[in-house]
Amino acid sequence: MTDWSEKYEMVVGLEVHVQLKTRSKAFCGCSADFGAPPNVNTCPVCLALPGALPVLNAEAVRLAVRAAIALECTVNLTSVFARKNYFYPDLPKGYQISQYDQPLAVQGTLHARIPGEKETRPIAITRLHMEEDAGKSIHDRYAHMTAIDLNRAGVPLIEIVSEPDMRSAAEAGAYLRTLKQILEYADVSDVSMEEGSLRVDANVSARVRGAKEFGTKTEVKNVNSFSAVERSLQSEFERQCAMLERGETVRQETMLWDAAHGTVRPARSKEESHDYRYFPDPDLPPLILDADYVERLRRTLPELPQKRRERFSAHFKLTEPELDAVTAEPRLAEYFEGVARAHGDASQAAKWVMGELAAALNETGARITDFPVRAAQLAELLDMIRDGKLSHTAAKSVFATMRTSGKSAPVVAAEMSVTQVGDDTQLEQWINDVFAELPDEAARFRAGEKKLTGVLVGAVMKKSKGRADPRKVNALLGKYSS
Amino acid sequence: MQNIIDAVGECVGRATDARFGPDGLNIVVATNRDASLACANEVALAYGGGATMSLPGVAVAVKDNIATLDMPTTCGSRILAGYTSPYEATAITRLRAHGAVVVAKTNMDEFAMGSSTETSVYGPTHNPVDPDRSPGGSSGGSAAAVAAGITTIALGSETGGSVRQPAAFCGVVGVKPSYGRVSRFGLVAFGSSLDQIGVCARTVREGAIATYAMSGRDPYDSTSADVPVPPTPPAVEAYRGQTLAGMTIGIPSEYFPESLDPDVRARCDVAIEVLRGLGAKIIDVSLPHTELAIPVYYVIAPAEASSNLARFDGVRYGPRAADTPDLRAMYDATRSRGFGPEVQRRIMIGTYVLSHGYYDAYYRKAQAVRALIARDFATVFASGVNALFTPTTPTPAFKLGAVTDPYEMYMSDIFTVTANLAGIPAISLPIGRVAGLPVGGQFMARHFDEPTMFHVAAALEAALGEEAHA
Repeated sequence: MTDWSEKYEMVVGLEVHVQLKTRSKAFCGCSADFGAPPNVNTCPVCLALPGALPVLNAEAVRLAVRAAIALECTVNLTSVFARKNYFYPDLPKGYQISQYDQPLAVQGTLHARIPGEKETRPIAITRLHMEEDAGKSIHDRYAHMTAIDLNRAGVPLIEIVSEPDMRSAAEAGAYLRTLKQILEYADVSDVSMEEGSLRVDANVSARVRGAKEFGTKTEVKNVNSFSAVERSLQSEFERQCAMLERGETVRQETMLWDAAHGTVRPARSKEESHDYRYFPDPDLPPLILDADYVERLRRTLPELPQKRRERFSAHFKLTEPELDAVTAEPRLAEYFEGVARAHGDASQAAKWVMGELAAALNETGARITDFPVRAAQLAELLDMIRDGKLSHTAAKSVFATMRTSGKSAPVVAAEMSVTQVGDDTQLEQWINDVFAELPDEAARFRAGEKKLTGVLVGAVMKKSKGRADPRKVNALLGKYSS
Repeated sequence: MQNIIDAVGECVGRATDARFGPDGLNIVVATNRDASLACANEVALAYGGGATMSLPGVAVAVKDNIATLDMPTTCGSRILAGYTSPYEATAITRLRAHGAVVVAKTNMDEFAMGSSTETSVYGPTHNPVDPDRSPGGSSGGSAAAVAAGITTIALGSETGGSVRQPAAFCGVVGVKPSYGRVSRFGLVAFGSSLDQIGVCARTVREGAIATYAMSGRDPYDSTSADVPVPPTPPAVEAYRGQTLAGMTIGIPSEYFPESLDPDVRARCDVAIEVLRGLGAKIIDVSLPHTELAIPVYYVIAPAEASSNLARFDGVRYGPRAADTPDLRAMYDATRSRGFGPEVQRRIMIGTYVLSHGYYDAYYRKAQAVRALIARDFATVFASGVNALFTPTTPTPAFKLGAVTDPYEMYMSDIFTVTANLAGIPAISLPIGRVAGLPVGGQFMARHFDEPTMFHVAAALEAALGEEAHA
């Protein structure tokens, strides 16, 4: 594949839809839960029965404002809900309640963290507005028919629109990962692309490097992971570059990402261009926020990733990769902090969180909040290692048992009889037993063949069923070598 | 208690009388005897148990665009054929809590779009005063139900005069409450920023009682206002001999144009003299933007309607055109067959004025002018005017089929649309007859000043006495 990046520059702007984690929908009392049987979470309002009216969910407003603050936006104290009119079977009212010329928030900044780079990159956010989700059309369930599930209709969303500030697929990926992280820390959404609580539309264009004007953009849709966003952008960029190189003009259109083939293809072109006929929704008064309310939300905003990273860096003296890992998710960071504070050795805590803990979570798919070994219990385990009561190997098996039993480290270690032995008399006994069993090696070792230390330590460990403190065995063995 | 059940039974009997059905005056489009009697029974029990009710056992007819549980709600449209709402309008729930019993759904212009009750899929309603004439519209069925004596109270809906104009044509009282006074939850939306449920009644007091029974903030309607519900006005008799001393009533010149029917003008002049005689100070005022009201209304109302009626798409309820090759064709066929010509016309107008490139020229400008119209009223009321008096309509009831030009039909709302645009309360009451046809006089008052409006209207009603119907 040709590398176009020498000659052309990619320009990307992102529109991200994020589902707010409210209990009920944006404009009615129906549950906003994901996964209920079709059309169970519906009522006259979200079914758009004749005469039904929307009433704004205050919790959705709270979460949207919180997200806006987390993204350093200016929150408009007056914003207006507007109707976006179009016909589609999963849009019950024939319009979507959204915000148009007076959005909830404008002019934010996201500091994208690019892996391996120390400095973050500021990406301007144009606007953040509230809207409701549509239902789902299910085309593959019944032959020659489309089924409609309106459980999702009316679920609250925010749409976050960036400026075309990104210049590579990697930057777009960094923007999205940072955005997800911030929204997770702000505790406003589950931000799961798999469950559809975060959806990305990317606007991408190509221009000759150094050019001032943007090229014609296309919109890439149907992307269901961050890495797919990066791949689809690269693929679309290359398609556009090749067209420009041939002297063709890029058409403004919607492209769909085909994950199976790793390519983009044009969406079936619409018969008509959409005119959404936006106008202020007469059923909903303008949303007026009190300045004190916004300030209170600003003051009570949870610690955001960048802040937490700086605090951990100052307090715990971790390496950059360790900081990346332990601050990746807010709950994980809290867990790490719990372990580090209780145990004292942050570096050791980070190693366990990134190693054994991450592996365990990965293996079971459990979330850290549901993990049976709590931070204080892991800290206790690490204390035992530090105090020579458990070998590293034994600690791993104790940890594995703690995961299933929920018991504390000392209890598990005692039950498994794996508590490390550091008692000289017992260790001398095992060493002498080993010497007796391996007379040849013992003789050579005594004669000064130091490289046999490892073999002998191993034999002592085996004899002790892993309980001997290897550092002490090593030290004791030294006496016998001339 | 048996009185209540018997009284409701009698009303159900009248509602189901063939004289008022499709082969008669075509006032009633649906009834449900069992449900009405069951409801009457519940009311009788509660009332007998000591419950406080302002309308105990009062039978009510309800316009076909207000959601009721036991009878269809079809908005006089084919597109809602057979549709019964699974929930009830807040206004109905509140009326029922006050002891009212729904006995009938009444005919209306399709989706309340019309001023003659001729655009209904059920065919036109005939005016009980003169069956050759229109009862007005769009709440023609409700005004006719009261005029014909089927019920004493009937609910209508107002977007631009749809209660007051038919009330005037049928010789009954028509109330349009302030915007926000009565919950719109369950009223099938036409022009959401203009719509209010209103009341047709025999007397001002009965109109007031029914209005207040429905009033108050509703958590299901974000546009309903949190203002206290005023006390029920005293009986009409209390107004006999009462004066309107200290009250200033404005007569806006724009509502008495050269073209005004001379008989209507004469009736209004009599009423004004009666008001003066009651001690009210009568002053000439001006509402200079009045002539823009109809054009503004016919931008805003269709714009909102074009969006409000998008939900009638054949997907979830109502008949669906099944013989179509694809989705787009299904929408086209369902809506083309389901909506009548007037509704289609307004959807087209509304879609046009909201379209990209036209929004500023039409919708935005109309909203700006609407603000000027509201300011005209605010200025007049701020100058010390307590209420305004005008004719309700430029002419008495016209003959069925006589008005065929849509624009001419739209002009019959010329004196009523302003109150909807400004959100203020207004009432029409009979002020006499011309060649046997009723003439309506209208009072308008400050936003949420229904007490003053009912007060002056009741005083005039009492002073006119039998003359109001002569």
